[in-house]
Amino acid sequence: MNWREACAIAFSILVGNAFAGDSIPASLTGAKGDPARGRAIVANRQVGLCLLCHSGPFPEERFQGGLAPDLRSAARLSEGQIRQRIVDSTKLNPQSIMPAYYRSEGLERVAPAYRGKTILSAEQIEDVVAYLTTLK
Amino acid sequence: MTARAARLFLALSAARLFVEPAAAGEVPLSERRSGYEFMSRETRAMQDDDTGNPGTLWVLDGEALWKRKAGASDRACSDCHGDARESMKAVAARYPAFDPALRRPVNLEQRINACRVGRQKAPALAYESRDLLALTAYVTRQSRGLPINITIDARTRPFLEAGREAFFRRQGQLNLACAQCHDDHWSGKLAGSPITQAHPTGYPLYRLEWQGLGSLERRLRGCLTGLRAESYPYGAPELVDLELYLMWRANGMRMETPAVRP
Ligand code: HEC
Ligand code: HEC
Ligand code: HEC
Repeated sequence: MNWREACAIAFSILVGNAFAGDSIPASLTGAKGDPARGRAIVANRQVGLCLLCHSGPFPEERFQGGLAPDLRSAARLSEGQIRQRIVDSTKLNPQSIMPAYYRSEGLERVAPAYRGKTILSAEQIEDVVAYLTTLK
Repeated sequence: MTARAARLFLALSAARLFVEPAAAGEVPLSERRSGYEFMSRETRAMQDDDTGNPGTLWVLDGEALWKRKAGASDRACSDCHGDARESMKAVAARYPAFDPALRRPVNLEQRINACRVGRQKAPALAYESRDLLALTAYVTRQSRGLPINITIDARTRPFLEAGREAFFRRQGQLNLACAQCHDDHWSGKLAGSPITQAHPTGYPLYRLEWQGLGSLERRLRGCLTGLRAESYPYGAPELVDLELYLMWRANGMRMETPAVRP
């Protein structure tokens, strides 16, 4: 790596753009998700939980979060980058408060009802990815 | 990568870590704010006005219980402790406190039950029962306006450290630590609700969502459930350690019991 490349990588980490390991290009199910189902998951406080922290284009939802970027900011990300952020955003930012939606290992003191389970299923994650890519 | 580029890379990565909200930052004294300060004007007015504050009902019940004889001893709290306005002044502000017999800190509910069982010879009151909340509210009311005053010594330090450790530990299916919300993002909103700094200044308090009075442990169990983490039974040592840490962390803040929260 030369100086310019190192700088570019450092810069991309700073602004959160693409770098190696930042993307999961392949669908978790091998199929494309359904954006309408994805929208419903994102809006549901018990299922997606996204609007606890994020805001987004949901005029029907009065209470939205103020801890994370508006979901429309996903427009600058590729499908694979969006997938990585939902599967496990701590891979990009170890301090992230965004839960890893497709992880069931290495968690402490999980309530019995949720033990060994991921927050969303692979199919649900693909639905959410499909929905977020429509925000472009 | 050249050595110079590597250094720059590391410096930039480190700079990014610093831009992230500090992970281990406890809220500095000058920035400590009670949950009261995050509430709407209407909810504050409800807390401030004793006649409109629903918690007053529990305080009055507690005052009646204080004077009522109970148990095989046939004695009332007041038979031994006299006027609570004198004897219980500033007491709640230093709980959880070390109990030499149990060799660990106990919270005020546990301390009151120790007198119920040991002195009055009456059965212990259940956690979150109307009577235990009422007595706790009445005793704590005698600290209203006074500063929280937890002193830590060699006997209590391990329990404080256990509470602190629990506060900073990521847990539950959502994999979040208390500190990530209450130290790092206290000024933010979770689904429209202010997160606040989680200071235990007002317990037991009337929560509009509960439509009733509840203890600090009830509130802690609520946050644990929200994280989809295993909860603890009322009175569990882990909960009392967390209470001790939260009270110590709020040292110097004024007690508000009975407070009101959304
Ligand atoms: C507990 C809070 C929280 C929850 C719940 C949450 N997120 Fe996030 N999310 C964040 C934060 C904070 C960031 C900013 C990056 C970081 O700190 O990791 C983020 C970043 C993102 C990004 C990248 C945005 C960008 O512009 O780079 C996407 C996409 C995203 N979240 C989608 C979702 C979706 C979809 C859900 C629900 C399935 C969700 N998030 C749930 C906190 C959360
Ligand atoms: C028979 C006498 C007696 C009765 C009745 C009694 N107590 Fe006590 N209480 C004591 C004594 C003695 C102590 C301090 C010594 C000890 O640790 O036991 C004490 C300590 C306490 C403390 C801790 C004070 C501190 O400074 O830390 C509280 C709180 C308390 N009692 C509340 C109550 C309540 C509420 C009742 C009624 C439900 C009650 N007590 C009934 C004798 C009594
Ligand atoms: C995802 C963010 C989040 C996490 C993590 C979290 N809380 Fe909370 N907590 C909140 C919110 C939001 C409130 C405000 C209550 C409300 O109105 O729902 C709150 C309220 C509280 C309060 C009440 C403060 C008052 O004014 O009465 C306490 C105490 C508290 N939390 C302690 C904890 C503890 C201890 C943990 C860790 C076991 C924890 N919280 C984890 C979001 C969080």
